[in-house]
Amino acid sequence: MSTRLSTAGRLIDTAKPIKFSFNGKTLQGYAGDTLASALLANDQLLVGRSFKYHRPRGVVAAGAEEPNGLVNLGSNGTFEPNQRITTTELFDGLSATSQNHWPSLEFDVGSINTHLARFLPAGFYYKMFIHPRPLWKHVYEPFIRQSAGLGKAPKDRDADTYEHFNCTVDVLVIGGGIAGLAAAAEAGRTGARVLLIEQTAAWGGRAVVDQPTIDGQTAADWVTTTLAGLAAMENVDIRTRTMGAGVYDHGYVLAYERLRDHAPKASGPRHRLWRIRARQIVTATGAIERPLSFAGNDLPGVLLASAVRDYAVNFGVGIGDRTVIATNNDDAYRTALALHDAGLQVPVILDARAKGGGELADQARAKGIRVENGKAIASVKGGKRVTGVSVCLQAGQGAVLEEISCDCVAMSGGWSPVVHLWSHCGGKLTWDEAQAMFRPNNDRPPTGADGEAMVIAAGTANGHLYTAEAIADGWSAGRAAAHAAGFTAKPEAIPDGSDVPELPLTPVWMMPQGAGYDLRSKSWLDFQNDVKVSDVQLAAQEGFESVEHAKRYTTLGMATDQGKLSNINGLATLSGALNIPIPSVGTTTFRPPYTPISMGAIAGVARDDLFQPIRKTPISGWHESNRADFEPVGQWRRPYAFVHKGESVHDAVKREVTNTRTNVGLLDASTLGKILVKGPDAGRFLDMLYTNMMSNLAVGKCRYGLMCSENGFLMDDGVVARIDDDTWLCHTTTGGADRIHAWMEDWLQCEWWDWKVYTANLTEQFAQIAVVGPKARQVLEKMGGMDVSKEALPFMQWADGTIGGFDARVFRISFSGELSYEIAVPASQGRAFWDALLSAGAEFGMMPYGTECLHVLRAEKGFIMIGDETDGTVIPQDLNLGWAISKKKDDYLGKRAQERSHMADPNRWKLVGLETLDGSVIPDGAYAVAEGMNPNGQRNTQGRVTSTYFSPTLGKGIAMGLVLHGPDRMGEVIEMTKGDGTYIKARIVDQVFYDKAGEKQDV
Amino acid sequence: MKRYSVFAIAREAMRQHTGWDRAWAKATPKKKYDAIIVGAGGHGLATAYYLGKNHGIRNVAILEKGWLGGGNTGRNTTIIRSNYLQDPSAAIYEKARSLYETLSQDLNYNVMFSPRGVMMLAQTQHEIRGYQRTAHANSLQGVTTEFIGPHKVKELCPIINIDGPRYPVLGALWQSRGGTARHDAVAWGYARACSDMGMDIIQQCEVTGVRQANGKVVGVDTTQGSIDCDKLGIVVAGHTGVLADMAGFRLPVESLCLQALVSEPIKPCMDVVVMANTVHGYMSQSDKGEMVIGGGTDGFNNYTQRGSFHHIEETVRALVETFPMISRLKMLRQWGGIVDMTGDRSPIISKTPLGNCFVNCGWGTGGFKAIPGSGWAMADLMAKGEPGPLAAEFSMWRFREGKFIDESVAAGVAH
Repeated sequence: MSTRLSTAGRLIDTAKPIKFSFNGKTLQGYAGDTLASALLANDQLLVGRSFKYHRPRGVVAAGAEEPNGLVNLGSNGTFEPNQRITTTELFDGLSATSQNHWPSLEFDVGSINTHLARFLPAGFYYKMFIHPRPLWKHVYEPFIRQSAGLGKAPKDRDADTYEHFNCTVDVLVIGGGIAGLAAAAEAGRTGARVLLIEQTAAWGGRAVVDQPTIDGQTAADWVTTTLAGLAAMENVDIRTRTMGAGVYDHGYVLAYERLRDHAPKASGPRHRLWRIRARQIVTATGAIERPLSFAGNDLPGVLLASAVRDYAVNFGVGIGDRTVIATNNDDAYRTALALHDAGLQVPVILDARAKGGGELADQARAKGIRVENGKAIASVKGGKRVTGVSVCLQAGQGAVLEEISCDCVAMSGGWSPVVHLWSHCGGKLTWDEAQAMFRPNNDRPPTGADGEAMVIAAGTANGHLYTAEAIADGWSAGRAAAHAAGFTAKPEAIPDGSDVPELPLTPVWMMPQGAGYDLRSKSWLDFQNDVKVSDVQLAAQEGFESVEHAKRYTTLGMATDQGKLSNINGLATLSGALNIPIPSVGTTTFRPPYTPISMGAIAGVARDDLFQPIRKTPISGWHESNRADFEPVGQWRRPYAFVHKGESVHDAVKREVTNTRTNVGLLDASTLGKILVKGPDAGRFLDMLYTNMMSNLAVGKCRYGLMCSENGFLMDDGVVARIDDDTWLCHTTTGGADRIHAWMEDWLQCEWWDWKVYTANLTEQFAQIAVVGPKARQVLEKMGGMDVSKEALPFMQWADGTIGGFDARVFRISFSGELSYEIAVPASQGRAFWDALLSAGAEFGMMPYGTECLHVLRAEKGFIMIGDETDGTVIPQDLNLGWAISKKKDDYLGKRAQERSHMADPNRWKLVGLETLDGSVIPDGAYAVAEGMNPNGQRNTQGRVTSTYFSPTLGKGIAMGLVLHGPDRMGEVIEMTKGDGTYIKARIVDQVFYDKAGEKQDV
Repeated sequence: MKRYSVFAIAREAMRQHTGWDRAWAKATPKKKYDAIIVGAGGHGLATAYYLGKNHGIRNVAILEKGWLGGGNTGRNTTIIRSNYLQDPSAAIYEKARSLYETLSQDLNYNVMFSPRGVMMLAQTQHEIRGYQRTAHANSLQGVTTEFIGPHKVKELCPIINIDGPRYPVLGALWQSRGGTARHDAVAWGYARACSDMGMDIIQQCEVTGVRQANGKVVGVDTTQGSIDCDKLGIVVAGHTGVLADMAGFRLPVESLCLQALVSEPIKPCMDVVVMANTVHGYMSQSDKGEMVIGGGTDGFNNYTQRGSFHHIEETVRALVETFPMISRLKMLRQWGGIVDMTGDRSPIISKTPLGNCFVNCGWGTGGFKAIPGSGWAMADLMAKGEPGPLAAEFSMWRFREGKFIDESVAAGVAH
């Protein structure tokens, strides 16, 4: 059975017991345990069910590569599915449940799929469920969806917080094993700014498990010494529990720090995403052991040999009393020796190599361990746990030579360097035939913005499995990285590691070599996604020869472990099936992240109110405390209407319109874009930007202007005021301010870079308030200050002065058809000025109004609104705005485009007013239908509504729309869609419904 | 071709699956074909398929630089919908959607078309008006959509947060017959059917030149030698500019990297596709259980199939805001694909300045959903030499005339 050994584990503290629960059962572990080691210490071999066949599964690995050990962790706001137990540190009160089974882990109905496996080969779903058609949606797909998936969906809001760090370093070292430590130490010695990150909570990687000698000390002592040295360097930062997640262009690296997963009761953010810019990156990410493919290799109790050793040495856990070891290399002998030292039995080591192993094998034999060369596992016996193995010749077809009872199998198929981070940004790989591994091709590294190498692989991640080579490689990687980043120091001694010499491995991609279908169809490659050797071979047989096709067809390597254990074995199997060399098969693409990272960490602090910046005008506070019904406009929130008690929103809009038309209204127009354009070439610039002439606008005057895109489409409008000889102030729409400012800069920086023009976006520097209505002037006169009479300040002019003691710039412009003053005051004075206006206006019936009233007022007056009358397909000519297009200018942006045949087509839809025969409101978005169908069977149309409102002033629905030959069809009745299949009749009328002569705004 | 069925599976199960044939035959180039399609993605394979099925042109080769279906067909977020605003778009996307409905039966290959419904959230007044307009337009185009209120949104998708503090959900444009399909299967199904008609699918065959005589195309040079043809169809998405250059003309397209990501798989919790344009993200759940997430394109042109992480952050932020429960899910994998964008973000299915050379490109961020309709229209164009009604408006010369088909008003988001 799997149990805690009397020998102390390196990482656990038996003085600190910890209580946790698994599937409701309370268990005990120790501080320093992972959830996996604690479960194994409690003989909980069975930890989950596989994806497809719902096979019973146990832990295979001891680290990030674990495919099976995934649990639901926590509850409510801290519930999290698919938590990998080998990387989950145990804490007091941890509560986990296993996944993907019903009704229970031990008895899962879904495991019937195991018995149906022969009917469910790779890609079976592409060949079935085709008829009858409706069953796919209603029966098959829901069934497949229900049996797939792993953990449960979280239901509650995440109770935790997350944050981002940005940092810049000269050398980033990823991986805290001996190679990474040596790299960081050597780079740090040069004075370079170094960050060293390690994904686990402990330093030293595998070396501290196997304890080779380094510089005359044990590996553990060397690690301690080196860490002390690093801590003493001010230019070096080190972090545990921080994983290198992805390497991106230009030395951008993503790291993922798990701050509180091991200590959920602590305060602060749970995860931290590091956004690092590194001049040089050293990937010392280690290597991962490969499983062997033999029948029954997925049973609980079959583990990687290195994992069995890790559990014994690090956590004091013996997986089995009797462990059979199957290997093709010398390293697995270390597991046998470690188990033997811990007092556990190793009945046999099955070494698939005909000639067997080297010195380590001799050591094993010397301890009395039976070693069989050229032997293999034919199959593993057992149900929910291993009970024995049958032994055969590796060279044969699996004829059983003997059966050996055991409760654990430790397998080793060799090692694969972790090349993910090397590969993310274009680093190439090379196939190392001798070691049977893909390793970084150091001649083709990822390159940075300067075309030079930006990543250096080091240690076992670079294919150096011996201690001496790995540590020396780390040292020189650190030195080279610092040098490339511009730092050097006088060389000191290279750390000196010592090794037991090993004999080379023999690649074993199938055990036994000549296994028949029965064995191959029970030999797992991808444990989580249930992909077997026979599946990959079937893919090859059916022509899915590209490694990407085979992956997608079989789902090999597509599980949450992203094929860390399965990919090399899978592509070797594919290579065998296609009879082409492994390097010709190639690998699938390595993509970030290295292991999955939480969405919460990616989002960071940008949640809820911080999701996006909220832009507020100086007057927002008043709106908030005065029943404003807000609507988002870009990142602003603008009052849609101010709803009095007892009113509906619709009532409020109606009241605001009527009050503005009869008394006086007040609008917070601060969000309108205000861009200052200044310089000797400013006039010439604006003449290009606007369709109108702006260079000839007199100082003190205002002019309504239109801006078009290069394709001729109307993109923004607003009033331009000439401030002085070389200064213009351009008003834009609220949503357009930033875009137009960027547009201006685009032209100035990229095309007309020699023009002397400067722009400044002053939108937030001013509060702008529109005082609108027949009594507007009376309000301002009551406040006192500058002369706002028609004579002193006529329509379409502006002036600086004071109003009620406030410094103000007053524009006589109107978007409502009423007498209107738009008054800009410094932002700091905005709220006070608003309050002063309200109090002065009280006796005149002044009321604030919102955006919907603004819309109704302008629609009554027939003014267009960008975004309503325009949609990116409308040119000014469509909107009868030809008067605003200068005929005198040679050019303006959009002019050439507007001369194209379709733009000049007389059959373009043109703007008109629309009103229904019964006074009702035309629905938003309605189209005007025409006779017949087009060749695609769609109903012909002849126009559409662009703005449609109930007009309180006129007491009926009014609308504007674009209609074929509209201006020539005044009085004609057309049919508009109601949206329910019926039509509403509307008459084509003039677009100006209110004060056509324009007298009211010019008083 | 042996038909796929549950009986075929049962038969093969009894003989260890030794009887399954190749899904598509291995082919080497013949000297000459009636038509060559460059690009064995979904659009290219569909073009070939309908050339054979609708027009009886079966002496066809489909040339692929890499592995078939390996471009955007195998990289997209598998959304299928046809609720487009402009008539030409709605026509071709609805044609595609309706072909998807029966594609599994047509191809005898389960492409797992799942008409689970697509909703596009309205989160501003402006979006409400925009989607109401689309609903009106769709009603005249024969596309079934409806504008639904926030409570219906919540009912259809319980994990959505309709009361977000910044952009509450005000409604949605709902197309109940939209959905998803298995993207790889679409390519594989078409490839198998093309191969069955005797067409040659030649992978690892890069076109290096376009040969012409008297203003007409006569063949292509490839890494597997020269091949003659009467007609040439260029259907290579992000690399269209490269092929057009070989054929001697320019196109108004630019290539951008569009990224997507998936979460780890979880049990079913989302039965519809949701697109949130204001916050910029979209999400659905695959049959495997992963949340499939997409967002916007990088702001610069490139061919790397990687992308900037900033865009992943933006997209994930938007979706954590829209679906707070995903905060504790984990991103499993991110990737990128190269999309070809035209000036109006609508495709080009067109004759070209080179005689008998035709181009199908510019599907930008929304090509997967169009595959069957695109292939249908392109096959029609190639067979007849003149565009039919589906392709008529998508001529490359529309930019010269200013006759844009601009959908940006209806969808400001990549999809």
